[in-house]
Amino acid sequence: MAAPLLQVRDLCASIEEGELLHGIDLDIRAGETHVLMGPNGAGKSTFGYTLMGNPGYKVTKGSIVFDGEDITKLTTDKRAAKGMFLSFQNPLEVPGLSLEEFLRNAIRQQTGKPIKIFTFKKQLEETMSLLQMDASYADRDLNVGFSGGEKKKAEILQLLMLSPRLAILDETDSGLDVDAVRTVSRGIEEYQKKKNGALLIITHSTKILEALKVDYTHILVKGKLVHTGGPELVDEINERGFERFTGAGDQ
Amino acid sequence: MNAVSKDSQAQAISKSGVNEMADQKIQEVDRSFYDFKDDESKGFYRMKEGLTKEIVEQLSEEKKDPLWMRQFRLKCLDIYNSLKVPDWGPSIDGLDMDRITNYVRSKSDMKGNWEDVPEEIKNTFDKLGIPQAERESLAGVGAQYDSELVYHNLQKEVADQGVVYIGFEDAVSGEYQDMVKEYFMKLVPPTDHKFAALHGAVWSGGSFVYVPKGVHVEVPLQSYFRLNAKGAGQFEHTLIIVDEGADVHFIEGCSAPKYNVANLHAGCVELYVKKNARLRYSTIENWSKNMYNLNTKRAIVEEGGRMEWVSGSFGSHVSYLYPTTILKGDNSHCEFTGITFAGAGQNLDTGAKMIHIGKNTSSYINTKSISKGGGISTYRSSVVIEKTAKHAKASVDCASLMLDDISRSDTIPAMDVRTADADVGHEAKIGRISDEAVFYLMSRGISESEARAMIVSGFASPVSKELPLEYAAEMNNLIKLEMEGM
Repeated sequence: MAAPLLQVRDLCASIEEGELLHGIDLDIRAGETHVLMGPNGAGKSTFGYTLMGNPGYKVTKGSIVFDGEDITKLTTDKRAAKGMFLSFQNPLEVPGLSLEEFLRNAIRQQTGKPIKIFTFKKQLEETMSLLQMDASYADRDLNVGFSGGEKKKAEILQLLMLSPRLAILDETDSGLDVDAVRTVSRGIEEYQKKKNGALLIITHSTKILEALKVDYTHILVKGKLVHTGGPELVDEINERGFERFTGAGDQ
Repeated sequence: MNAVSKDSQAQAISKSGVNEMADQKIQEVDRSFYDFKDDESKGFYRMKEGLTKEIVEQLSEEKKDPLWMRQFRLKCLDIYNSLKVPDWGPSIDGLDMDRITNYVRSKSDMKGNWEDVPEEIKNTFDKLGIPQAERESLAGVGAQYDSELVYHNLQKEVADQGVVYIGFEDAVSGEYQDMVKEYFMKLVPPTDHKFAALHGAVWSGGSFVYVPKGVHVEVPLQSYFRLNAKGAGQFEHTLIIVDEGADVHFIEGCSAPKYNVANLHAGCVELYVKKNARLRYSTIENWSKNMYNLNTKRAIVEEGGRMEWVSGSFGSHVSYLYPTTILKGDNSHCEFTGITFAGAGQNLDTGAKMIHIGKNTSSYINTKSISKGGGISTYRSSVVIEKTAKHAKASVDCASLMLDDISRSDTIPAMDVRTADADVGHEAKIGRISDEAVFYLMSRGISESEARAMIVSGFASPVSKELPLEYAAEMNNLIKLEMEGM
């Protein structure tokens, strides 16, 4: 079996207020889909941020290896250039920078090559239509005045346009109505199938997973991975919650 | 405990001190506009080696001024000597007022070599991709054939429409002399402030534009070529008259820095927008960083006329710049869109003034200021709605962005409303680049410096959108350059 795409070993991470992740081990292979679940405040988003290298989260111990290279000390942009992607729970608004301009810049910087405008435009149009995004969003300022649903669609649009090798999706389904979840889910499916992309899906709920092939489910509690199982674990959590993993009275 | 309470008291005091200063500043701005005589009574600055009658006469001789202009210059000299240096804005102590003649006369020995141009400015030219020959011209150190050619082509196109677009010296002594005499320094009288008087005494170069009734000039007129072909002007005069129903866009200056040996710029811009006419006046100023930019710009708009300012201030060491619009005619309108970028060692005091006189007049000010590396950016504006200006509408929207902890941004908006039915709005925002936004862009593979530049360019985009494409592109390049090395 090939070496894992992502190898996390004994990862500890802190913010100013204290340590949030206490020794996490995780392997993700190319094309695999992992689901990360856990109660509020377990450190799910922290894990995503740390993998992506948010300067606000310091790695105090352990390592992150991506595609055979230790990236623990690499800046966020370098991680992205190597093929990592994080879909934000709350995508940020950047006034004056259009979605299309942003995407063009991102692709140009990641590939280091000038963009073929015609190919780019065509791909952008097709992907937006797949995500049922109105074409006018391309010219709008990035995330400014977008509804919750449109913001998340824009994240998946970036995912499909940038085609990373590993995508971390942080609560992409939160705050979405049923139709929007379906659309977003279709986009993720596209990434899974057509691009053979690896996924780490951080989620509270299970709606988004219905149409997706899931390989592993991990339960994160208080900064530790306490349990790993198959796709069936998702249904169990759905029915019974996290009680079994957090201990009685802990929630 | 004692020390703590002492400390907080001291803070409270320094705070109220600041407020008082701000009040005073606002008053000074207003007064300088309406009541020039006040300044004289305050005692004035005496120079050991000031500007003399002989020097002004010699300049007038060289310019071949008609008699009236020579007399006007000498009158301005008297006024100049009687006024004191403004004391309400950024310090101009670095200007050697004792040797003001150096600034005035240095133009004539502005030759020098491309090699003498500071490295920093050469680099900017390189990065902006301006060709070698043109760079030398922009630096004011050589004659330039390419830009001359472009200039002549432009002039022919415009002349075919009956538009007058000539150098200011030519206008003063040529067939448009009477028109110049009627309008020259009427809107900005030499009594306005010390540097307006200085300008009146020693003005040199600039443009005269007359757009006849009903003529719409499709191509923007650009002073870029004129200013530079003639070796750049420190005291250039721009007089534009847009006659009834006419329409023109004038672009002043250039986006590459002008390197000048002397470091005082006291230009003057007077704009007359007649009934139902429209004038758009765009400036991207990037003077070298040793420049004291004490420029005066003013427009008067008649009934139904429309004035639009687009202003980008990037250069200079110290700037005082508040383009003023007098909405004299009923239903006249003015829009001011401006951006100021103050980097290390820069203190840029910029803004706009609007004076509503006519009925149903409306004005809209939208400015962005950015400060970085310890730079100081002050937004200062004044909106006056006179009793006659029934149903006036005014809106002020100013946003500041500070790129680090050592930079400073101040907002001093003044409003003086003398009617009961005015519709007045004001919004001010001050912010920083959020680390989360930088992280967000970086997570898509964009480098940190590029991410910051993108956020700043985005912040500036309401201004760049107003500029012709090539100027907008150069403005974004300038922002990128300023952002480098963060």
